Amino acid sequence: MLAAAPTLAILVLAGPILIGLLATALPAFGYFPVLGGENFSLQPWRDLAAMPGLWRSATVSLVTGLVTAFVALAAVAAFMAGWSQTRLFRSVQHLVSPLLSVPHAAAAFGLAFLLAPSGWLMRLVSPELTGFTRPPDWLVVHDSLGLTMMAGLIVKEIPFLFLIALAALPQIRPRDYAATATSLGYGRMAGFFHTVWPQLYPQIRLAVFAVIAYSSSVVDVAIILGPTNPAPLAVRLVGWMNDPDLKMRFVASAGALLQLGVTAAALVLWIVGEKLAGMAHRKLRVSGRRFAREQPARIVSAGAISLAAFAVIAGLALLALWSLAGYWAFPDALPHSLTLDTWGRQLPALGRPFAITVAVGFAATVVAVAITLACLEFETRTGARVKGRALMILYLPLIVPQASFVFGLQLSFLWAGLGASFGTLVLAHLVFVLPYVMLSLTEPWHAADPRYARAANSMGASDNLVFWCIRMPMALAPILVAAAVSFAVSVGQYLPTLLIGAGRWPTITTEAIALASGGDRRVIGVFAFVQMGLPFIGFLVATLVPAVAFARRRDMRAAHA
Amino acid sequence: MSLELDHISIRLAGRELISLTASIGPGEVLTVMGPSGSGKSTLLAFVAGFLDPAFSASGTVRLDGQDISQLPANLRRTAMLFQDPMLFPHMSVGENLLFAVRAGKNQGTERRQLAEAALDEAGLTGFFGRDPATLSGGQKARAALMRVLLSQPKALLLDEPFSKLDTDRRSKIRDFVFEEAKQRRLPVLLVTHDAADADSAGGQVVTLG
Repeated sequence: MLAAAPTLAILVLAGPILIGLLATALPAFGYFPVLGGENFSLQPWRDLAAMPGLWRSATVSLVTGLVTAFVALAAVAAFMAGWSQTRLFRSVQHLVSPLLSVPHAAAAFGLAFLLAPSGWLMRLVSPELTGFTRPPDWLVVHDSLGLTMMAGLIVKEIPFLFLIALAALPQIRPRDYAATATSLGYGRMAGFFHTVWPQLYPQIRLAVFAVIAYSSSVVDVAIILGPTNPAPLAVRLVGWMNDPDLKMRFVASAGALLQLGVTAAALVLWIVGEKLAGMAHRKLRVSGRRFAREQPARIVSAGAISLAAFAVIAGLALLALWSLAGYWAFPDALPHSLTLDTWGRQLPALGRPFAITVAVGFAATVVAVAITLACLEFETRTGARVKGRALMILYLPLIVPQASFVFGLQLSFLWAGLGASFGTLVLAHLVFVLPYVMLSLTEPWHAADPRYARAANSMGASDNLVFWCIRMPMALAPILVAAAVSFAVSVGQYLPTLLIGAGRWPTITTEAIALASGGDRRVIGVFAFVQMGLPFIGFLVATLVPAVAFARRRDMRAAHA
Repeated sequence: MSLELDHISIRLAGRELISLTASIGPGEVLTVMGPSGSGKSTLLAFVAGFLDPAFSASGTVRLDGQDISQLPANLRRTAMLFQDPMLFPHMSVGENLLFAVRAGKNQGTERRQLAEAALDEAGLTGFFGRDPATLSGGQKARAALMRVLLSQPKALLLDEPFSKLDTDRRSKIRDFVFEEAKQRRLPVLLVTHDAADADSAGGQVVTLG
């Protein structure tokens, strides 16, 4: 049983991707009998190439991936370099950690409410500073270069990279290295970049790749904030996939392969950039330059990360405010009145999507946690350790763009006679939550003191008893945190829910995105607030349950505080 | 009851760490001494059945005449005490003891009585519902010993269990452990780097490394 767990995990992680890619590749070359494609041909590619603005769409996607990853990584690296082991660092850490659980779409809506010409920032300075009494006709949100979309992605990827880097940091004893460099006269930031960063970067590299892949193929954030004429490639793909004309499915498949190529190209460009940066870094390292006057750079780095956190938090507050707003005319900074009317009106519409979101998230989480625990327990019993290549498989669903294989997965479900069912939807979510559960649970599991289990074993307890009574309850807090992460990831899934659910399994997320084009801020506020609130409740439960269960067990609280 | 170590040889990457033949009679103590890194804890891991797969080992461990070398750790009846008391932090002191009491005919109240009696014996009367974290170092050590004894072991393996106690407590706990082992006629394999432990144990001494 247990011995099958690693195989099962690999099947869940890699299986749907391989099947999905295959079922994308075949129709991309004209062959897919279920859709009437009996012969291989290049017609889908010719049709794809004829799509207006295709290259611009692809370029926007490529650039978005690279710029988002670069800016987010630079902000995180500079802040760590300038402020590690300071009080400010710890407070930012506490501020940023919860932001990881905010779904991308909710953060993007919040940013739109903040930055739009009729948004809150403009209201704050109007009409006093600007003289505007009606919103200017500026294309801030949906700008054609995709800058706002990139901003929306950057503010969400900063917490992700920050926390990944933070987890990797202790293993490389940053304090000792930084102190050594400082004692040689290097500035704090220069010392960090010369000594700690070269060890840290390889450990977070896969996460950076995941950011590039995600940003270059994102759909929900792009719908909310991205350019529209033409839209980024992934957004256009979804349009073709849902086109009533079945022929468009072939074009969509070719487009999905193009998306795979765009993301791969972004990754290749990034790797070339890594090489160049590495060369420059080596030159600088032996140049003897100390960069001791770094105060401006430090202030900028703290400002950048605070600005990102502020943008997300202010945006979320605006979502809440809009959902409660009565009459709120431009350019008033605050609504005239607060009311529960919008909530009351939307409650019936919220019910079913809410139930589906919770049920799918819960089911996927339970399965993902079970598979992960089985794998870890198998490792513990056999003394095996997951090595580099297995870790690549773990990152596979985070690096292969969703838009490139989820459509193929839908087609293969169709071909296998499995329609849009609860089971297929949970399976699709499982692919994306399992990596996060494994990534967040592995480290705390390995950190547990093996002597507890040995003590139990030597008293006659079987391995199964030790698992259920010792190892698992002692790891309750990290297990629940992993489950909360998993639930948050599931809640945030847009594309797999939309495609695999085929519109029959609406979730809070798909409903919220569907509202984006309508622009009713009060209703969007309600749905986005619920989308943000669900993961938050998950984390609240993950914090409260161990606190209550171990209220009278001091060492259990200290261990995970 | 006796514990026999018959031509035990433990190797790491081809290098022999330990080579030992010994016999420990009921209530006797064999003290294995050596600096850290000499492999003395590895010997205990081997006897208890927790040897890391990186090591290779040969030889036979017999407990009460039965070869236990191939048995899984939980069937060996070689109870182990570590440097730290390792009381399970998510259970009360009483639950820690009940975890050790063997199932079978000991049902309900009888199991509880066994645990309470063990607490009395260790001078921990009334500690059943306590959080282990609230116990002093000496109290934890005694609770850990009682827990191990409740599992009805046939031998006791001690991995420097006194090294973290302060000096005046150390000798008391040490005497308590050896006394309990003697009463129950348990063979004891003690690993330590403290010569005072060996003196107090008063049995055979083997020095490694």
